[in-house]
Amino acid sequence: MNSALNELWPYLVLVLVGFLPNEVWRVLGLVLARGLNEGSEIVVWSRAVATAILAGVIAKLIVFASGDLANIPLSLRVGAAVCGFAAFLAVKRSVFVGVAVGEVVLLAGGFWLMH
Amino acid sequence: MSTSTPGHYTRHYKSSSAAFVAGFKAPFGTVFVLVMTGTFIGIGALAHGYGFSAWWLTISTVVVWAGPAQIILIAALGSGGSMIDAAIAVTLSGVRLFPMVVSVLPLLRGKGARTLDLLLPSHFMAVTTWVESLRLLPALPPDQRIPFCNGMGSGYMATSVVAGLVGFYLAAGLPPLAAGGLLFLTPMAFLCMTARGARQLLDRLALALGLAIEPTLAHYHIGLDLMWTGVGAGSFAYLVHRLREATR
Repeated sequence: MNSALNELWPYLVLVLVGFLPNEVWRVLGLVLARGLNEGSEIVVWSRAVATAILAGVIAKLIVFASGDLANIPLSLRVGAAVCGFAAFLAVKRSVFVGVAVGEVVLLAGGFWLMH
Repeated sequence: MSTSTPGHYTRHYKSSSAAFVAGFKAPFGTVFVLVMTGTFIGIGALAHGYGFSAWWLTISTVVVWAGPAQIILIAALGSGGSMIDAAIAVTLSGVRLFPMVVSVLPLLRGKGARTLDLLLPSHFMAVTTWVESLRLLPALPPDQRIPFCNGMGSGYMATSVVAGLVGFYLAAGLPPLAAGGLLFLTPMAFLCMTARGARQLLDRLALALGLAIEPTLAHYHIGLDLMWTGVGAGSFAYLVHRLREATR
């Protein structure tokens, strides 16, 4: 009984802490969006809010990194992101180029610091 | 919006199931599927690093279906943080899903669509599927948008589950620097993807302000930093947009 609970516990936590707090926003959007159309001001505003929060998450993942990424210095993480973004803008707004350049700068810099 | 004749739409499928299949195939060949593969390899590696099982990773991908929320969840729970802290962080990161669903629903909701039919497409809404829905759905007749959207969501989700497992099993063998590189994939890719989707001044301003304000708030340990970033930066960008429209 105890071992069954131990095995199921991570999944219960996943539902309570991961699924429900996240899904509630989708369901709220679904319920509250009825009667709104694409051009309505609340939709335009909420798109701006969504973009800003996503930008915040991106900055957070870079500046307050976790796991093995946290072992790479902040200046290198930010520098790599800036280089990647500059390459993205320079080369036809290619996401692939941006990610590739950012990764190369991060890994080359990290390798150089280690040696 | 004007009412359109069937010929108005540039894409048209024979049936709902054909629209679903076309949606399922839509991710493949786009840069998004590469980015998502990379992102979920990173998330899989993270889950492995924090001691979660491959099953837990897979189920979390399917039920959470939001990269940042999944990363926050894994990092917060894995580092021994409290469940309450993790739940608040996930709730805050999930706020951005609300306007995504609100802004995509007018495209999905045809004349006969029931709320129940919209539940699955709503669950599939995350950054990539949102950006791609806004881009691809207008070309389809309204009655084929829901099956197409469900197909597209399934295609991206299947890709993510497989990529997550690849990352999970790769992580065991990777040195720390390479694992750090895997974790960097997520923010780098999302930064470029969001900028690519930002066509108007409104979106660009919200992106730039969000990037600048969030670390500042977090640095001074201001609570609900993501919420304030979104409402503050988003509303400011919206006000600038309105002023510009009004003076035009």
